[in-house]
Amino acid sequence: MTAPSLILTPRDWDSHPPYCHPGYKSSVLRSPSRPLIPLKENLKDRRVPVYGADDLGKLDHDLTRNAAKNGEPLGERIIVTGRVLDESGRPVRNTLVEIWQANAAGRYVHKADQHAAPLDPNFLGAGRCMTDNDGRYRFLTIKPGAYPWGNHSNAWRPNHIHFSLFGDYFGSRLVTQMYFPGDPLLDLDPIFQGTPEHARNRLISRFSIDTTEEGYALGYEFDIVLRGANQTPTEA
Amino acid sequence: MTTYKQTPSQTVGPYFAYGLCPEQYNFDLKSLFTPSIADRESAGQHISIVGQVFDGEEKVVGDAVIEMAQADSTGRYVSTLAEARKSGFRGFARVGTGTDPELRFVVDTVKPGSTGADSAPHIDVIVLMRGMLLHAYTRIYFDDEADANARDDVLALVPAERRGTLIAKREAGTSNTIYRFDIHLQGPEETVFFDL
Repeated sequence: MTAPSLILTPRDWDSHPPYCHPGYKSSVLRSPSRPLIPLKENLKDRRVPVYGADDLGKLDHDLTRNAAKNGEPLGERIIVTGRVLDESGRPVRNTLVEIWQANAAGRYVHKADQHAAPLDPNFLGAGRCMTDNDGRYRFLTIKPGAYPWGNHSNAWRPNHIHFSLFGDYFGSRLVTQMYFPGDPLLDLDPIFQGTPEHARNRLISRFSIDTTEEGYALGYEFDIVLRGANQTPTEA
Repeated sequence: MTTYKQTPSQTVGPYFAYGLCPEQYNFDLKSLFTPSIADRESAGQHISIVGQVFDGEEKVVGDAVIEMAQADSTGRYVSTLAEARKSGFRGFARVGTGTDPELRFVVDTVKPGSTGADSAPHIDVIVLMRGMLLHAYTRIYFDDEADANARDDVLALVPAERRGTLIAKREAGTSNTIYRFDIHLQGPEETVFFDL
């Protein structure tokens, strides 16, 4: 009898946006036009970067303090937390979560961002942390502002935080964006709308009074589900 | 049994630099991943991978992020941070295309060893950029490994006329060993991308 083999659950093409979504103009010339070639993922080779908690700075998870120069950043303090799980609901432990975002005025610390909104000398907008034994991550940050962009006339990005994760496998890589509940710009945003309709709510965080810290910061929960390994019995 | 649904991908956008590649772009934050896969002292033949990313109008993309993962010169994947620190071989690189004057990515590494009888030396690549709502996977092989390439079980899945898009070309007349690998998102030379 052959031993059961580990396979990675496939990319769920019904959940992800397509490469080419013409409403998002820059996707038109930046999307592969030919069909992808299917590969069987070889899980014996991890091919994910090695890193450790000691790579991280003490304040890397706290964007309200990790770039402070002479005071606190302006804006509404928020807590962003959630669990990283695989599709079977198992926690993805000790995995790196990287985030970046605009400041409260909707301005990124990036030379290509020319939006006429102020930079905040006490805010960079980058953070990272590792998940704990329950797969939980937690950031303290400032609620990002909306900002205009050139995709179409009067185009504005909804408030969002960028997330980057590796998970345990080369194929579990995920780069995504977390949105906020009730944002009227979501209906008008071609990046958010590029996602199949039934899957869009997975990109929206949930306000949580339990996560909210009294007198200090509102709490938002955002769980992230990555591809994971499934043990499948091998056919005889 | 599957009970949870995958979180959808969204684009990395144009403003990733200070979050993902801060040192490369001169932001005041330590980079967790750099354009170097292997330090100078790590064992093996030291090489550089150099290339550009082209869009469907053959314009060079200046806001892509390229990530690379590979085995060491003996064909082994590094599995712990302690091991990587000892050998100087990290096995992984991340580079943005926005800092080079020609918008190239330049990755210093050692030539990977073969990971098995059916596997030619290769580097796995993740491609992300503004305009891509989800990342793409491709692979780099080497043009001076023709025999091994002919036996490679992944290259064998690629139509023969498209295999060349996955093969980095060694540049002649340079003091360091440089392999050129361009990524074409569309057009007659469109790079092969994988679903894995």
